[in-house]
Amino acid sequence: MNQADFYSLLPIIVLTTWSALLLIVDLFIDDKKKGITAVLAAAGLALTMGLTLSQTGQTVIGFNGMVILDGFSTFVNTLLLFSGLMAISVAYGYIKRRGIERGEYYSLILFSIVGMMLMAQARDLIVVFIALEMLSIPLYVLAAIDNSNAKSEEAGIKYFLLGAFSGGFVVYGVALVFGATGSTAFAEIAASIATGNAETLLVLAGAALILVGFGFKVGAVPFQMWTPDVYEGAPTSVTAFMAAGAKIAGFSALMRVFATAFPDIAVDIAPVLAVIAALTMIVGNVAAIAQKNIKRMLAYSSIAHAGYILMAFAAFANPALRDDAISAGIFYLVAYAITSFGTWAIVISLEKEDGKGLAIEDYAGLGRTKPLMAAAMTIFMLSLTGIPPTLGLIGKLYLFRVVVEAQFMWLALIGILTSLISAYYYLRVIVIMYMKEGEPETVSESWLTFTWGAMAVLTVVLSLIPASLFAWASGALMK
Amino acid sequence: MNLSETVNTGYFFGLVPLLVFFPIAGMLFNMIFGGKMSEKAIGTVASAASGLTFVVAVLLAYSLSATHGELHQVFLAEWIHIGELQLDWTFRVDTLSVVMMLVVSGVGTLIHIYAIGYMHEDVRFKDDVRRFRRFFVFLNLFIAMMMILVSGDSYLMLFVGWEGVGLCSFLLIGFWYDFNILGQKSTENAEAGKKAFIANRVGDFGFLLAMFTTFWHFGSLQFDAVFESASHHPDPVVISAITLFMLIGVTGKSAQVPLYVWLPDAMAGPTPVSALIHAATMVTAGVYLVVRSAPLYNLVHSTSYIVAMIGAVTALFAATIAVGQYDIKKVLAYSTISQLGFMVAAVGMGAYVAGIFHLATHAFFKALLFLSAGSIILGMERGHHHLAHGHGDHDDADAHHDEEVFDPGDMRNMGNLRKQMPVTFWLYMAGTLALAGIFPFAGFWSKDEILLDAKLHAEHYPGVYWLLAAAAFLTAFYMGRQIWMVFFGKERTEVAKHAQESPPVMTVPLMVLAFLAVFGGALNLPGSHALTHWLEHTIEGVHAGEFDFMVAGVSTVLALIAIGISWLLYGKNPLKAGQIDPLKKPLGFVFTGMENKWFVDEGYGAVIIRPFEKLAKFLSIDLDWNFWHDWFHNEVVYAGFQGLAKFLADPVDMGIINAIADWLAEITKRSSEKLSSLQNGFVRSYALSVLVGVVMILGYLLLK
Amino acid sequence: MGSQTPWVYVGIFVLVGLFIPIAAIAIATFLGPKKPNAIKQSTYECGIETVGDSWIQFKAQYYIFALVFLIFDVETVFLFPWAVSLNSLGIFAVFEGIIFILILLAGLIYAWKKGMLEWA
Repeated sequence: MNQADFYSLLPIIVLTTWSALLLIVDLFIDDKKKGITAVLAAAGLALTMGLTLSQTGQTVIGFNGMVILDGFSTFVNTLLLFSGLMAISVAYGYIKRRGIERGEYYSLILFSIVGMMLMAQARDLIVVFIALEMLSIPLYVLAAIDNSNAKSEEAGIKYFLLGAFSGGFVVYGVALVFGATGSTAFAEIAASIATGNAETLLVLAGAALILVGFGFKVGAVPFQMWTPDVYEGAPTSVTAFMAAGAKIAGFSALMRVFATAFPDIAVDIAPVLAVIAALTMIVGNVAAIAQKNIKRMLAYSSIAHAGYILMAFAAFANPALRDDAISAGIFYLVAYAITSFGTWAIVISLEKEDGKGLAIEDYAGLGRTKPLMAAAMTIFMLSLTGIPPTLGLIGKLYLFRVVVEAQFMWLALIGILTSLISAYYYLRVIVIMYMKEGEPETVSESWLTFTWGAMAVLTVVLSLIPASLFAWASGALMK
Repeated sequence: MNLSETVNTGYFFGLVPLLVFFPIAGMLFNMIFGGKMSEKAIGTVASAASGLTFVVAVLLAYSLSATHGELHQVFLAEWIHIGELQLDWTFRVDTLSVVMMLVVSGVGTLIHIYAIGYMHEDVRFKDDVRRFRRFFVFLNLFIAMMMILVSGDSYLMLFVGWEGVGLCSFLLIGFWYDFNILGQKSTENAEAGKKAFIANRVGDFGFLLAMFTTFWHFGSLQFDAVFESASHHPDPVVISAITLFMLIGVTGKSAQVPLYVWLPDAMAGPTPVSALIHAATMVTAGVYLVVRSAPLYNLVHSTSYIVAMIGAVTALFAATIAVGQYDIKKVLAYSTISQLGFMVAAVGMGAYVAGIFHLATHAFFKALLFLSAGSIILGMERGHHHLAHGHGDHDDADAHHDEEVFDPGDMRNMGNLRKQMPVTFWLYMAGTLALAGIFPFAGFWSKDEILLDAKLHAEHYPGVYWLLAAAAFLTAFYMGRQIWMVFFGKERTEVAKHAQESPPVMTVPLMVLAFLAVFGGALNLPGSHALTHWLEHTIEGVHAGEFDFMVAGVSTVLALIAIGISWLLYGKNPLKAGQIDPLKKPLGFVFTGMENKWFVDEGYGAVIIRPFEKLAKFLSIDLDWNFWHDWFHNEVVYAGFQGLAKFLADPVDMGIINAIADWLAEITKRSSEKLSSLQNGFVRSYALSVLVGVVMILGYLLLK
Repeated sequence: MGSQTPWVYVGIFVLVGLFIPIAAIAIATFLGPKKPNAIKQSTYECGIETVGDSWIQFKAQYYIFALVFLIFDVETVFLFPWAVSLNSLGIFAVFEGIIFILILLAGLIYAWKKGMLEWA
């Protein structure tokens, strides 16, 4: 191990050490003072974020080409660490209130983020798989952490079984690719395909199986079926983290693998991605209409948004558009992460014991009793729909532009039609909040309030100055 | 803000961002400090914000005329820079946008002032004084959005304003979201807001498609760049597509056939909103869009004809409905649709100046009519209030009965209001004569110019003139009907006898509007053609038409005949309380159609909304739940699995291996049942769905 | 990896591997005499008759012990070759090994403190 190796993984090494130590330190913290663990976990994330940001603009390949540090990984890792901070912020009061406050909760979030960050830096299929497992296993445990609640346990088991199942596909895909090209390193795979040494059918099959594994992680149709059950069953703070973190990691891996290892078969894969994107948007948005439970509705909504991002992916087959597609995709991820954390923070504010307060009807009257919270929720719903002045609109704008430029007119059309459909169920929340009588009970918890307040402000303010954020995203290219 | 530049050159173009800044500042001020301010202070701040906007618009107009109407673009900030799409927030100051700015901020300011008086009483009748501030916050936001709309230098900027005013419209239609028009608790108004929003989304969809096609074909959304490349490489198919998609947007925003249905319902908003947004300004955005895109429309005659026909058909169709309405605001609403039809027909025929001219005069007299109608409604409310909390001497059954459900806007409840509300009466008369197109009121000149153009271009746009002339005839008729029903005859209710005149804060702005409604025609009198010369800097190929005594004579005679007939029907023998409309008998089922808006809403319900609801129900209940969940998961997958287990257990295992295997199969089955109860039974089928996906993807890739 | 020939051998190997067990079971089934009775049909577990339901609760402690054992078992598997070839690997490997042991030590402390080693 030389200095470059060490430097390329510095934030991950620090965060791993921090989370292992946190697990030990937590043993000596009194059960009533678990807030200290939360603060320490947040401090670790903040420290790591500082290190990550200090590496901006550098490109280092480490560990014999197994990992890479570049603009893309810096951007995605920063976003992941931000998600971690938000996840802790929404969980802090909630898990205390629900009586599931354990020190391990925070360590598990940190471990999962380590896996996600490794995913963004991977440059070898083996590392991708290790990262996939590292990020998934803590999530399985987190989903089931409320082990006195049968629904939470069921969510954990379901997520685990199906996650293991789809993980199997990834391994099989890696094996096929290795069989065809003789390597698991992205650069060598790409070179082998480009020179025509590889068996095309085997590579295609392998790439497709890897796609299935990631499709599962991001909740793309037809690998989405776990999403509503798991999102509903898991404690809401965990759901919030899964919705943002796992999605970011899944998409960053998808972008990294397909853009750097398989650029030459993109033409074959693009139609598959386009169809998956179309199905995902349709199923997610149509099914969301019928939902009465807000967690389920948001689960289908997250499926739908995965569809929008996948849409950008269909465009990456065109080498001229590759960078645009990637920057539009990660920009949308930023928009989605911010909006979704804000939304979940409000859902947590309204959630009561025994899963009450989660029906959409329970939001009736919020506009009167909690005008600020309702205003924030309105902003988030508008952003999810893609109505100005919100970040969601800007994100959609960039995405649709790439799709139109890639000549996928039919896909853009489906995208627009489904966003039209989505307006129906997002606006319903607004209508219920403002136009129905009700006495919703809310929990006022300073970190929760901070989260939704800050996210609402970000959603609007960033939408007014998207150019600078997009410039950063555009700089986050793969080397 | 380039103040230094302003000082140096002596012109005021640098001030243009203030158009947006002032109303936003007023809005924020009221939002932050309004809680502790008096109603008067809130209203003053909001009106001042709007008034300063008007001042800026006047300064811009002055600067433009001093620089010979040359286009000025003022750069404010970089907005979106990605790939080919290079858009900045640039303000476009040309003669067309300045006309719109003047009309919007001018009429807007008068309505702000009027609303101080109106909302003061409205919030008290509805018993929620806190909403006073909210109203002005929304109103200022509207002005800001409208300014963005008219000052944008690209289609996308225009679209931002377009959506922004749509949002304000939604918020203000549903302003009394928990009341209906009769003051009862109900969500009708909220529903009306939703309807407006959804109808507009359909239109916006068309507009978006137009923008996508524009960007796809021309690589830009900036007006000059688009028009420039359109004129160099006119591709009739693409330009037809763009203009037709745009037309969908226009029919949504400007309430044309077939998307007009939201506008009558939009009257659920407070009356100043109906006047400002749903008569004078926002709904004319569609007309503005067509004029702005004139270089595109000029290239494709077939689309222009479609635009003109849609306008003309709307004009006549809405006028027939207006004849059968009883609600004072509904009549005006259908009249607005009809007049918008005139404007759309005009711009469709390439008579851009006539369209803008009518837009301006219509803004004056329709705002006047709506606000006067608001004054009448409030006058009726006051009368009703007076009776309900009466001074002891009104204890007859009628008054008490009225307290439950009383519609202050129903013309059948009015009559002889001329006596109670003389100021409003005279103001209303001015508006009516202008709308009916009686010489020399403003409406006469602008409507005449449209009819003249229709007549001149009759061979290119056949039929338009006749439709519009018929609509003009009906316009005079229904306005006459309204005047006789509201102001003449005998009071048909107790309330009408006790109606009271409105305070000066409401009537003074009305007088200004009345002045404009009378003399507004001076903008573009035959001979001087001031507006034509002003706009020819911006729109190519406009020409001043010659005044034609035939056209003017015919339309004036038609209007007078229509008023005469209305006098025979409603003026000579005034309607009595409870009497059915005298038109009902001679017209029979035709009148029933008019009364019921030709059943268009019901038709949409049957043809679009209910099938859509059915489809949604079918998808969610039948397809997703019954078919996919119940049938596919439970029957096919689960039963299939069981069947397979049975098959393996009975014939296969029994025959080949025998009882031990049988026993194992039983265990398998039982544990699968146990597992299924533990996991809801669906993890397996979730996994199956993953597998199906894998097989399909692999199959496609390998067999391709 | 250009040549396809090695895969032919793999294919033959798979086929032979499948054939042998199938053949063994099939021959036994066809040739063996069948005289079933109740005792013969019961599952052979450990010589003692099965009693009650097979779905019973038992102490989860077994699992935790097994897991902890497994971790240190694997640790030894890694440490033996490490110790033997330490000379040729250099100073870097020493630290690498120490970090590995430290990570496992953290796990042990965690398990200990959580009371997993207590049998109560």
